[in-house]
Amino acid sequence: MEGLTLSDAEQKYYSDLFSYCDIESTKKVAANGRVLELFRAAQLPNDVVLQIMELCGATRLGYFGRSQFYIALKLVAVAQSGFPLRVESINTVKDLPLPRFVASKNEQESRHAASYSSDSENQGSYSGVIPPPPGRGQVKKGSVSHDTVQPRTSADQQEPASPVVSPQQSPPTSPHTWRKHSRHPSGGNSERPLAGPGPFWSPFGEAQSGSSAGDTVWSGHSPPPPQETWVSFADTPPTSTLLTMHPASVQDQTTVRTVASATTANEIRRQSSSYDDPWKITDEQRQYYVNQFKTIQPDLNGFIPGSAAKEFFTKSKLPILELSHIWELSDFDKDGALTLDEFCAAFHLVVARKNGYDLPEKLPESLMPKLIDLEDSADVGDQPGEVGYSGSPAEAPPSKSPSMPSLNQTWPELNQSSEDTAIVHPVPIRMTPSKIHMQEMELKRTGSDHTNPTSPLLVKPSDLSEESKINSSVKFASGNTVADGYSSSDSFTSDPEQIGNNVTHQRSHSGTSPDNTAPPPPPPRPQPSHSRSSSLDMNRTFAVTTGQQQAGVVAHPPAVPPRPQPSQAPGPIVHRPVDADGLITHTSTSPQQIPEQPNFADFSQFEVFAASNVNEEQDDEAEKHPEVLPVEKASDPASSLRVAKTDSKIEEKTAASVPANVSKGTTPLAPPPKPVRRRLKSEDELRPEVDEHTQKTGVLAAVLASQPSIPRSVGKDKKAIQASIRRNKETNTVLARLNSELQQQLKDVLEERISLEVQLEQLRPFSHL
Amino acid sequence: MAVCVAVIAKENYPLYIRSIPTENELKFHYMVHTSLDVVDEKISAMGKALVDQRELYLGLLYPTEDYKVYGYVTNSKVKFVMVVDSSNTALRDNEIRSMFRKLHNSYTDVMCNPFYNPGDRIQSRAFDSMVTSMMIQVLSRAPCCRAGEALWA
Repeated sequence: MEGLTLSDAEQKYYSDLFSYCDIESTKKVAANGRVLELFRAAQLPNDVVLQIMELCGATRLGYFGRSQFYIALKLVAVAQSGFPLRVESINTVKDLPLPRFVASKNEQESRHAASYSSDSENQGSYSGVIPPPPGRGQVKKGSVSHDTVQPRTSADQQEPASPVVSPQQSPPTSPHTWRKHSRHPSGGNSERPLAGPGPFWSPFGEAQSGSSAGDTVWSGHSPPPPQETWVSFADTPPTSTLLTMHPASVQDQTTVRTVASATTANEIRRQSSSYDDPWKITDEQRQYYVNQFKTIQPDLNGFIPGSAAKEFFTKSKLPILELSHIWELSDFDKDGALTLDEFCAAFHLVVARKNGYDLPEKLPESLMPKLIDLEDSADVGDQPGEVGYSGSPAEAPPSKSPSMPSLNQTWPELNQSSEDTAIVHPVPIRMTPSKIHMQEMELKRTGSDHTNPTSPLLVKPSDLSEESKINSSVKFASGNTVADGYSSSDSFTSDPEQIGNNVTHQRSHSGTSPDNTAPPPPPPRPQPSHSRSSSLDMNRTFAVTTGQQQAGVVAHPPAVPPRPQPSQAPGPIVHRPVDADGLITHTSTSPQQIPEQPNFADFSQFEVFAASNVNEEQDDEAEKHPEVLPVEKASDPASSLRVAKTDSKIEEKTAASVPANVSKGTTPLAPPPKPVRRRLKSEDELRPEVDEHTQKTGVLAAVLASQPSIPRSVGKDKKAIQASIRRNKETNTVLARLNSELQQQLKDVLEERISLEVQLEQLRPFSHL
Repeated sequence: MAVCVAVIAKENYPLYIRSIPTENELKFHYMVHTSLDVVDEKISAMGKALVDQRELYLGLLYPTEDYKVYGYVTNSKVKFVMVVDSSNTALRDNEIRSMFRKLHNSYTDVMCNPFYNPGDRIQSRAFDSMVTSMMIQVLSRAPCCRAGEALWA
């Protein structure tokens, strides 16, 4: 317990009270009994009483010793004066009127109080007159300036506080007491007790209204009126916390006050808002903020991305401009995301704003990220006007490079991906990406899906993998990009609704960034010509599944043959031309094998194919794996191309859904390779045969699956290349088969649909009856 | 040190424009508008291939009798245009560059704000204060220009 300095009158009063309570004369007063009655008589709200009891240590000790009792009484006086209850306030608040207890039981006390108060009129420098609204700080003492303990006895501080002080200062009394160290530059007059002699406390309310200043004073103390809606969008009742933060005792009067405090209160508030007091976050508040933070971001050391924060704070229904300003203030390091401290600061500002406090121009020191927990920041905004601007500008994050520093979080991924893609970019198509494919497929299977397709062209196989259904094809649409371009999204799904669901489902997936705040995927870019810059779209950042995918994502320069996998970047790059050649030759050979694929040069189909492939893969692959192997001719060319494509496509597709499909690896790359594929496979790939799609997917899946591991450096070895070619062909055939099966399914579905429609038509007239 | 600072969006509409001698605002707006043509010309002159190497700072766009107009383009085709008083000879290219850099940084800070929708007018107070600081410098550093203007006015 801090040393308690009591004035003479107080001393007398307190000892009387103590003896009154100490019935047994044991020098200890139990918490119950008279003491409770006494406190209740103080007309303080229960929680305040509890707080007082806690502060004075009685709860700790279990009883009220003399010192505790005195401290408690002092705190009662403090509370009644409207100051926040703090341990230090017992000494720092000057000229506190005697605590007033009004219960009938305490008549004697009140009498005492009255007597005392009259005696102590001079004590405090309260302007002696009761009614003079507390606000009259003017009379009061002037300035306390700060600091810590000013012996109460030095009552004569009442230097006529400048009138200026009063309105501003009355609110600051709280800040003054808030801070342990007083220093309050702002609060000069914090001491001023809110005038009003004890006994007349109850009429205080009226007196208050009598003087607007007083109201403002009060309002200064307590956050603007009833805090029930402290956080309108929050469910928890911060109100209580906020209330307790300020002199809760004021509650009673608050209502009265609030009525009158309208405008003046605002002014005062405005001024007081510049002080730390309103910006100080209490523990309850902080806990509440932390909990809210956790709902968005479980990791307390992590960030809340901007968009999530935006949604969250938008719920508070503050105007966007203000939210924008709050963001500016609270995002200390200007990275577009909020850490826990920043979030608490922002939340606190929102709460304050909702309660009517104006936003400061600069972030108050108490809200600065590192300083939130400090009670006193060195130079807390003393100035009456603005709060601590001190640190903020200086600490403003170092100038960022113009290139979007805010996207810090996403940049690294992006960079990685771009690097990967860059590397992979030139990679020639892999002949036998078996290993890589396998890996990719594994990855995909395991659900590294989100990252797949960074580029719009990439279908998001990841999602697909989750869905074994064909619907996945729809997803690709999510890829939006691809799907749009290729529009075959709905073809295969046997289930129209599924498709739709999938699409949406997929979309969400594809859109998600690692943090779930992925910016909306860039609009689909049907063009194959994926320039490098275009590869930098956000999708990519999400698609961080593996470098492999990234590779695929990267814009494939038209000339680049489809990359089997990004992972093959290093090797493949070199071999790409080789591969391309191989592929080309391969494709050329494929026609032989697949006489029926005449339209290899059909690029449009290629896209369709790709899309369908993607779709197919998902479901087909799963089923068709085993069957894929027996590649059909038709699929062959496709497969050959596909291999190359597949790499990309497979990645896409495989990833997509094929649970067990190895082809996953290619899925991510699917879209990007498209353009590339065109070149290489002009004939095969385009094989638009939709029929083959199913087969193909199956083939692909199978092929991919069958390829145990595609050595990266295959290209180096001719034999290896040929082997890989063979494998790819097989894959192609499998996929082609898959494709055809899917096509078949599609046809069935369409037929069903037609029949349903017919039925509908028939029934329609009946329905009208 | 600018007498007028403007931020122009990619579609060539202003996101932010502010000038110091407020009575001549329209004139500055007009100057900025016409300077956009020069900006576009400079951009296209660089060619697409150089987009990565293109320097963001465009330099002096065109000088008039009283003023000089400097330009700066970001990679997202957002243009910053600054009009500086001609009589302020103390201004060097480096200083102009640094001013543009500051502008760019503040602009990215504005962009980072999730509540800011790209394409909206910039209403950020931080941005305003930064621009004000730039403009005020002008006044403080070039008192002569004020006098000069008074003469002309």
